[in-house]
Amino acid sequence: MAIPITYNIRNLAVRKTTTVMTALGIALTVAVLLAAFSLVEGLKTAFEGSGHPLNVLVTRKGSDSELSSNFQRSVFNDMKFKQGIAKDSKGDPLASLEMVTVITLASEEFPEGTNVNVRGVTPTGIEIRDDSKIIEGRWFTPGRREVTVGSSVAKRYPAAHLGGKLKFGRGEWDVVGVFDTPQMARKSEILTDLNQAAGDFERTEVLSSALIRATDEVARQALVNDLSYDSKLNVQAKTEKEYYAMQTSSGDLVKYLGTFVAFIMAIGSCFAAMNTMYAAVARRSKEIGTLRILGFSRVAIMTSFLAESLMLATLGGILGIMLVLPLNGISTGIGSNVTFSEVAFQLRVSPEIMVRGLLFALFMGAFGGLLPAFSAARKQILVALRQI
Amino acid sequence: MRYLPLIVKNCLRNRRRSLLTIASLAISLCLLGVMMALYYALFLGAPAKSQARRLVTRHKVSIVFQMPIYYRDQIRNVKGVEEVAIWQWYGGVYKDSRDQRNFFPRIGVEADKLFKVYGEYSIPEDQKKAFIQDPASCVVGKALADRFGFKVGDKILIKGDIFPFDLDLTIRGIYTSSETSDETLWFNFKYLENALRNSSRLAAGTFTMLANDPAEVPRIAREIDALFANAPTPTHTESEYAFGVSFLSFLGNIKVILMSICGAVTFTILLISANTMAMSVRERVREVGVLKTLGFQQTTILGMILGESAVIALIGGAIGLAIAELLCGVIRQGPAIVDQTKTLTLQPPVIALLLGIAMVIGMASAVVPAWNAARTNIIDALRFTD
Repeated sequence: MAIPITYNIRNLAVRKTTTVMTALGIALTVAVLLAAFSLVEGLKTAFEGSGHPLNVLVTRKGSDSELSSNFQRSVFNDMKFKQGIAKDSKGDPLASLEMVTVITLASEEFPEGTNVNVRGVTPTGIEIRDDSKIIEGRWFTPGRREVTVGSSVAKRYPAAHLGGKLKFGRGEWDVVGVFDTPQMARKSEILTDLNQAAGDFERTEVLSSALIRATDEVARQALVNDLSYDSKLNVQAKTEKEYYAMQTSSGDLVKYLGTFVAFIMAIGSCFAAMNTMYAAVARRSKEIGTLRILGFSRVAIMTSFLAESLMLATLGGILGIMLVLPLNGISTGIGSNVTFSEVAFQLRVSPEIMVRGLLFALFMGAFGGLLPAFSAARKQILVALRQI
Repeated sequence: MRYLPLIVKNCLRNRRRSLLTIASLAISLCLLGVMMALYYALFLGAPAKSQARRLVTRHKVSIVFQMPIYYRDQIRNVKGVEEVAIWQWYGGVYKDSRDQRNFFPRIGVEADKLFKVYGEYSIPEDQKKAFIQDPASCVVGKALADRFGFKVGDKILIKGDIFPFDLDLTIRGIYTSSETSDETLWFNFKYLENALRNSSRLAAGTFTMLANDPAEVPRIAREIDALFANAPTPTHTESEYAFGVSFLSFLGNIKVILMSICGAVTFTILLISANTMAMSVRERVREVGVLKTLGFQQTTILGMILGESAVIALIGGAIGLAIAELLCGVIRQGPAIVDQTKTLTLQPPVIALLLGIAMVIGMASAVVPAWNAARTNIIDALRFTD
């Protein structure tokens, strides 16, 4: 027969200082792990939610990032009449030739400045980004030194507010508008006129990439293959979704650091939990003896103490989750390993990682509680009863 | 001090608990130690001796933009600059870029200047000569050579991505570096000169300067930037140390991450220690009653309990420090994310701070239970059953 669980609950409640302190220790360990996870989760959400399913990104063969890609204008002209490319409102191919570069802007988090993507596009480039909507001001006018910035850019970098001026290329550029899009990664870009920017950087013939819209899923796959294996073009194509998914690994270092720290802290927390449980066993020696006389088996005693440890850990796990919940939605930035520029995203505490945190806590409880529970079960009845 | 034996005895009365507490404190403190060593190395420490004299100049707008080659000669004339070397980041793809292991920096550098500017590099004299003479040659770091099994005389092909040509290089030497990363492939800048002859793309990515005195570095940086302030290509010059740290922001807000980990760990230590002391004092209330009957002062009892906690915390701290130093050793051997991790060690201020934290936390965590115990009157204490 098992010992009722209320016995454990009452015990935890009686020693509330110790219970709370041990649980808090477990909670902090869980919190460290979950904080790292929430960052990676946020990054994943940001990148996986970016990219249009029918878009194909074309770069020079061998270049995995737009920044290192040298894409000839002539190549673009050769490829834009391939089959399977959707048409824009005027009946032209929905294919956008783009130039990507990086400038340094200071943010509050990094006053020395971080890299921000600047992308030169033609009007087609704006049309293909059909989910980007102006929320303040207007789009840049082709032929003028104007830029329109993504909403994350406007928020993160003081210099890039509406009406501000950015200095790059051969002079100053006016910030004339702010756009927003559900695609997190694109919010961190500055858009400007392709020809104006290419002229400034002396890259009128050598640009970065092309973004093309396929008519449907089958055509998209055909386009990817068609472009990648066309030896005359010497380009590589991948879906825009793939391109962004690749960047999720940017958070790897934080993930490894967080996991490493949480693991070491977990060992410490296990010892602390063990301590608490040993104390509980020692103090309740008489009770254990009594329980045994009443007919509870050794297994029942052991299960009961283990259950108590697990309950303690669960409490810690829940506290830990509560500690990281305020992180949910906090904006931060991380350098993308592909675009060499900062992407703003929000930390995300998803139900899935909460479950992982709870499991982690339970592991600590199990490891910490096992030995004390074992020692409780092994006690001789008479010796146990005689202890003060 | 008279009571030290008693304090030690008290520590030993419940050995398992003391051991568990010490183990758990040691682990938390070793973590704190490594994090603080990292923080210190990255944001507070002085650069390694060889690095302290180096500066880096880049394009003011962003590192991806190039600077004209002739800047080198103007920089050379700034007072205090001993040597200037052009750097060009080649990028490129080795074997297959999808495997992250195949990534390592490939940088074009003026061969004759590399070993002057990087005084900490050591390489056999004949290999150095061969590297300088052969325009299609490179030298690789020891760690890099070990990773791929490179030997002197091997051919290596890097496909171009930023540049419209491939690098076909012969490895002429393998260098070792005691203080900075040795995972870079340096190739002869003449390769770029030959491949890009008469092209506007023949330019400098960055310049690396060697100053005659570490103290002159800030002034030299200001003077170089002033030279080009009104040119179409303005520059930004900083110490090589700061230049390296600026890449850290790329990995996320490391400062905040390290700080919050330190905070969480410190608080955990406090909890562990407080918990133990609370348990240990509660067991002993009756004993305190006896001590009082024997005529021990309240303050003595208070001091003894605080002392016990401090002893346990200090032992935990010392063990933690030793483990932390071991872990730093592991990090030193590992791949260098930044140069600073190559020389990572527990600096004296960090050690002092850690032991201080251990001691303060140990005492602070015992204050409440010790105070309560010392305050109880004799009758209640003697009557106390747990």
